[in-house]
Amino acid sequence: MNGAVRTGYVLAILALLAAPIVVVAGVSLNAQQALLFPPPETSLRWYGALFTTSDWLVPLRNSLVIAAASAALAVLVALPLALHVWSRSGWLARALSTLGVAPFMLPPVISALGFLVFWVTIGMYGQMTATIVSHGVFLVTLPVVTLSLGLGAMDPALVEAARTMGATRGQVLRTVILPLLLPYIVSGYAFAFVLSLNEYIIAYMVAGFTVETLPIKIFNSLRYGYTPIMAVVAVLFVALAVAVFGLIGRFGNLPRLLGADRVEER
Amino acid sequence: MSAPSEKPTPGWLAALPAAWLAVFFLVPFAIMLGVSVAHRVPGGFYEPGFELASYARFLTPFFGKILLTSVALSAGAAAICVALAFPFTVILARMGRRAQTLVLVALLAVLSLSEVIIGFSLSTLLSKTAGIGNFFAWLGLIAESRAYTPSFFALMTGLCYLALPYAVLVLYPPVSRLDPELGEAARIMGASPMRAFWTVTVPMLRAPLMGAGILVFVFTLGVYLLPQVLGQPAHWTLSVHITDQAIFQSNLPFAAAMAVLLLIVSLALVGLTLLLGRDRAGAA
Amino acid sequence: MTDLSLQGLSKRFGDVAAVDDVSLEIPDGSFVCLLGPSGCGKTTLLRLLAGLETPSAGRLLVAGEDVTETPAHARRFGMVFQSLALFPHLTVAENVAYPLSIRGRPKAECRARAEELLALVQLEGMGGRRIHQLSGGQRQRVAIARGLAIAPRLFLLDEPLSALDANLREHMQVELRQLQQRLGVTTVVVTHDQKEALTMADIVIVMDQGRVQQVGPPMEVYRDPANAFVAGFIGTSNLLPCELGEGEIAVSGHRIALDPADRVKARPGAAMLSVRPEDVRIAEDGLPGRVSFVRDLGESVQVMIDHGDREITALYAPGARPEVAVGQEVGLSFAPGGRVVLPA
Ligand SMILES: Nc1ncnc2c1ncn2[C@@H]1O[C@H](COP(=O)(O)OP(=O)(O)OP(=O)(O)O)[C@@H](O)[C@H]1O
Ligand SMILES: [Mg+2]
Repeated sequence: MNGAVRTGYVLAILALLAAPIVVVAGVSLNAQQALLFPPPETSLRWYGALFTTSDWLVPLRNSLVIAAASAALAVLVALPLALHVWSRSGWLARALSTLGVAPFMLPPVISALGFLVFWVTIGMYGQMTATIVSHGVFLVTLPVVTLSLGLGAMDPALVEAARTMGATRGQVLRTVILPLLLPYIVSGYAFAFVLSLNEYIIAYMVAGFTVETLPIKIFNSLRYGYTPIMAVVAVLFVALAVAVFGLIGRFGNLPRLLGADRVEER
Repeated sequence: MSAPSEKPTPGWLAALPAAWLAVFFLVPFAIMLGVSVAHRVPGGFYEPGFELASYARFLTPFFGKILLTSVALSAGAAAICVALAFPFTVILARMGRRAQTLVLVALLAVLSLSEVIIGFSLSTLLSKTAGIGNFFAWLGLIAESRAYTPSFFALMTGLCYLALPYAVLVLYPPVSRLDPELGEAARIMGASPMRAFWTVTVPMLRAPLMGAGILVFVFTLGVYLLPQVLGQPAHWTLSVHITDQAIFQSNLPFAAAMAVLLLIVSLALVGLTLLLGRDRAGAA
Repeated sequence: MTDLSLQGLSKRFGDVAAVDDVSLEIPDGSFVCLLGPSGCGKTTLLRLLAGLETPSAGRLLVAGEDVTETPAHARRFGMVFQSLALFPHLTVAENVAYPLSIRGRPKAECRARAEELLALVQLEGMGGRRIHQLSGGQRQRVAIARGLAIAPRLFLLDEPLSALDANLREHMQVELRQLQQRLGVTTVVVTHDQKEALTMADIVIVMDQGRVQQVGPPMEVYRDPANAFVAGFIGTSNLLPCELGEGEIAVSGHRIALDPADRVKARPGAAMLSVRPEDVRIAEDGLPGRVSFVRDLGESVQVMIDHGDREITALYAPGARPEVAVGQEVGLSFAPGGRVVLPA
């Protein structure tokens, strides 16, 4: 394979991945309430409509609240977990690291049904708290993975050095570990936030009829009448994901974060 | 003896995440297991009990066919995705850091997209009014625009679209850690690039490739929305039926039994992947 | 006053005894070098001193106070790690002042003390820099300054100079030694460079397989090794199995009379003869051998002689180069007073 063929292959795959998004972006510009591509007349009216129609404003607000809270929850659980697994061995460390990656490895339908019967059993079915906690548990894997990578990249001698200089355990955590871990905390939060925003089946099963999120709203509209607002939401989601991951790539080391060790600066 | 310790957190702190995940992750599975053998109350939810009626329903040809459909769809998607993703990842891992970052951002953006949005986008792309039908008609390939969805083709496209970024990201760490000097050594010893690829790169990555195939398989096994949006009722998978039974038929015991079945299949396959990974680590 | 006292200190990892029953008394203000082959337990012993490792047995006393149970952060020691362990998220000055800020000292005091310490290691005005903006030698100095920030009771360094090139390393050896003498702080340095140990230390501790083999001033350890391991490890000694008799030894059946200046540490019977290369002389007769290699090292000439399956090294001053050719049969003798007979 020569260089042109390689580049061509990568670009072709990326183009295929981009095609539906391009079409949806075009559809979102339709002036009429119709899904036409290319749009006969263009306008940005549906972008305004998303933020003014209460029909869509409520799911938008729900989605943002759930994503912000559940990502925070996921990070709060992942932090002590990753620190424990990093500094200790033994059955608890092994069990915790398995528990940390399991939620995201299983098909989400299964977890969704598990959450459904759980919240029904304790009588919190249909509440937003249930969605937030469920997402927090489901997405805990993402900060666990980023934090473990961050800790793995840290020289353990830094902790020991701080200890020999008189730092107590709490001071080591506050003055050495957390500052060095901050980029990984932020990216773990960002991953969890974006994925919570996009998550459908758990939100649907746990509180789909009472707490509508944007994906649920889109799916409902898919069944009961198309509107270009759906396309607007899709475009905004793509834009948000690109912005978040782009920022992580700009200020962090994305290849390293995703598990590559040997990426040269070129 | 009180150990002078350089552990960053006290041991008891691990109790917090442990308890949290036990209550909100393990307990739901335990309840689900309980529900799967509970007695169904038509119209209501269920009452506690122990019966295998829900499991017995699998034995009908109808559900046998559903299971077969699910497995066939996922296996197909896994094969296609790994075949497409592997050369993609190999090329990606050899690119410069900036280029890699850009491609990774694109992949992550697609990966994070909701199944709903992917379903909607693809159904638009394959639709009569806004999709490739228009494009083909404009090119003169077909006389008049037509829709390509719902169809088996549309569904398979959707599954691959969903799983391809996942497959690439699963393959990315082992591929990028592969020492490029190994391939170069083969080249110096006289192997053509293609031959070096097939005789060095592929065999060295056999375990990660199998692992990626299995993970994509499990991943697509959980797809519940695309079959409804892009496929015909004959393409409904186990996951669609779980949702359907739980929400619309209000038959939680049966939904739970199906989820348990899916869980067992998934766990077995994930376990197999881990085993493959360990063999490799042991050999290295 | 005895400042540092190790009493039967041991550390086991599973069935490996990394440090095995070490007992030592180290006087106040000494500069101690811990020397030994890779894996002999130097780092582990240093970490035991620092409190980063819990001993499996034994006690550690500093100025008479038992600190065995005192956690690392309460010992008031300074330590320089092999990787230096400088904090990448802090500036140079913040790194140096870390031990003070952690103790809640006011900002102004931290700043002033950091300036003072940086001046001590000749890094004035670099306090505002980030660690990655420093050269290797400068980082080394920052780590040393940081280790000294709280006037430690004991200063520990794990191969602090191993990452530096030969020139810088020699320069830093001198600086470190001068700094230590000026401050009078008891210092323990791990090294596997014997030249470094012999030129810097007041006391050299030679370790092997977790056990202390010899403790003493550098010249004593060099001239008068306690056993065959130390003789072989320090400098390049020729070691020959021999039979110790009354006032003489026999090497492969060849008798050599001992001089009163020779040191005999073995009991009659099988023993090990140790001779420094500069004490080996080529003569007409003596221990038979065949020249295998001659090379000019600049400051000396090295001659290798095969004796049976052993290779003996002789060292001559450049002016005294012997007239020998490779392959020539020669006899060997050992300078009186240069022969050390050690337990086999
Ligand atoms: N954490 C540990 N777990 C198990 N074994 C260990 C551990 N640390 C050290 N050892 C073992 O203890 C022995 C001494 O190790 P140590 O690091 O003290 O050697 P060293 O003298 O510093 O060697 P080097 O000069 O190579 O740094 C070695 O056999 C090593 O394998
Ligand atoms: Mg060491």
